[in-house]
Amino acid sequence: MIVYVLRRLFLLVPVLVGVSLVSFALLQLVPGDPALILAGEEATEEVLARIRQEYGLNRPLPVQFAAYLRHAVEGDLGISIQSRQPVATLLAQRFPFTLKLAFLAIVVSATLGVIAGIVAATNRNSSLDIAALLGSLVGISLPIFWLGLLAILVFSVKLHWLPSGGTGTLAHLLLPALVLGAASSAVIARTTRASMLEVLRQDYVRTARAKGVSDRLVVYRHALGNAMIPILTVFGLEFGYNLGGAVLTETVFSLPGVGRLIVEGIFARDYPVVQGALLVVATTFVLVNLCTDIAYAFFDPRIRYD
Amino acid sequence: MPSSILESATTEPGRSPTRRSPGFWSDAARRIVKSRAAVSGGTIIVVFVALALLAPALAPYEPLRGRLVDRLQGPGPTHWFGTDELGRDVLSRVLFGARISLQIQIAAVGLALVLGTALGVVAGYWGGWSDTLIMRAVDIMMAFPGIFLALAIIAALGTGLGNVIVASAIFLVPQFARVVRGSMLILKEKEFVEAARALGEGDVTIVMRYLLPNSLAPIIVQTTLRMATVLLTASGLSFLGLGVQPPSPEWGAMLSNARAYMITAPHVATVPGLAIMLVVLGFNLLGDGLRDALDPRLRE
Repeated sequence: MIVYVLRRLFLLVPVLVGVSLVSFALLQLVPGDPALILAGEEATEEVLARIRQEYGLNRPLPVQFAAYLRHAVEGDLGISIQSRQPVATLLAQRFPFTLKLAFLAIVVSATLGVIAGIVAATNRNSSLDIAALLGSLVGISLPIFWLGLLAILVFSVKLHWLPSGGTGTLAHLLLPALVLGAASSAVIARTTRASMLEVLRQDYVRTARAKGVSDRLVVYRHALGNAMIPILTVFGLEFGYNLGGAVLTETVFSLPGVGRLIVEGIFARDYPVVQGALLVVATTFVLVNLCTDIAYAFFDPRIRYD
Repeated sequence: MPSSILESATTEPGRSPTRRSPGFWSDAARRIVKSRAAVSGGTIIVVFVALALLAPALAPYEPLRGRLVDRLQGPGPTHWFGTDELGRDVLSRVLFGARISLQIQIAAVGLALVLGTALGVVAGYWGGWSDTLIMRAVDIMMAFPGIFLALAIIAALGTGLGNVIVASAIFLVPQFARVVRGSMLILKEKEFVEAARALGEGDVTIVMRYLLPNSLAPIIVQTTLRMATVLLTASGLSFLGLGVQPPSPEWGAMLSNARAYMITAPHVATVPGLAIMLVVLGFNLLGDGLRDALDPRLRE
């Protein structure tokens, strides 16, 4: 197990270097002189020379990339063009919010999805099952930003149940989390259903039924535990995807997360912010996926560690 | 068996001889027609494509021109879906928006299909260092969750229809590369490939004539499902203001505009959102139905 974890950590290195390369290359891919982009259109030749010196833009690209990597590892992601604050500081302010939102979304969708999946699997081919299947199909087909607008209209404007934006209490985050988690709920419900059906076919479940264990106990005590293993993996994957969905959710609900930060950064051509946000989000995503894989290997002893 | 297959290959060069069995596609067609998911999804898509193609004939008004006196009217007999903040007819805009969506979907998925298949073939068939290199690149691309890879590309290239297509396509390339590579890895070990090689067929012929035709089923399923993903990505970019720009009646851009009038005129946001959802649902339904019909693992 330890060897497996170490090996996976080792394999992570090229991916993380690659992710940094993509984020580093961003500034190079923008048409025009990087110094001019960083300094602004009206910059004088002296300012440009100073910027080139400061950011090391007159050095060869591989050297620049090595420096970028070294700084990133040290937590130095450059200075925002717009706010003149260190990008790392901005991310420290914004990223925890997005993590909280994505986490809450996965809690909400795990609850909804697992319940719907169990109900569908234990009532196979009933109208409940068909409703759950159709519901999950609609769930993965809904554009998250539209669902968000509708949710604001119904729950905030018409019913006044929940606030439409802002932060502070859990109630502020509930609607965004529900919206962000809608697609995840659908995926989790589908996986739970499939996994439950698979487990309910097993011999030991038949044995339990044969010796007279009640249906409820068979499902929750005997089957669910084993059915949960593949579902756990989906939790991890969906948490990662929710980081992506957060960009749209934060825009709809005007929330101060990293998604808004990157979109505002793109509008303002504040490339250090965009680069930093990309790097941090991708690194988190990769780490979450790694943890998911390790958890899967840990919970399912049948998985070989090689 | 391989010899008879190859015999037919030499006598009938136009037809691909190595399809799973003569009846595979007709069996699949029968299952597709019987699949409720595939038929309902297919119906939605046929209607969507027809509306997109016929938009200029069907739209009652011009999509870009409105009368300010008619602004933000609710649905009624003159404007079925009402008007937007500039008095433009929402129905006409949604119809013309279908053309833009279809254009983005075909271009982006087509681009991703070609690039992804090429990468998948090289990685899966040739293997070795090219496989390592390509799959590492795929890992790196997949390290950006959801829309982030598309955002990175937009940040570098800028907004607009063409860049949305490029960004959405690159976002999908890893998916196609993985599917095709997986298929290549399985197929290249098959006897008929060995037989073809023994007969002196070159790599390109083997790939084009034997491997790709046999990988069609998973590629078709992927293509269908990705038509759904790409619409969500592209309209999401436009909603953020980073995709197709107003006044273009792209559905995501329409929603972005409609946000400001959500409370007074919710119909302006309802219709384009519903349109995106229906088209995405259609492709998801068809993709699911096709997967069930074409996936040999589910055949009993």
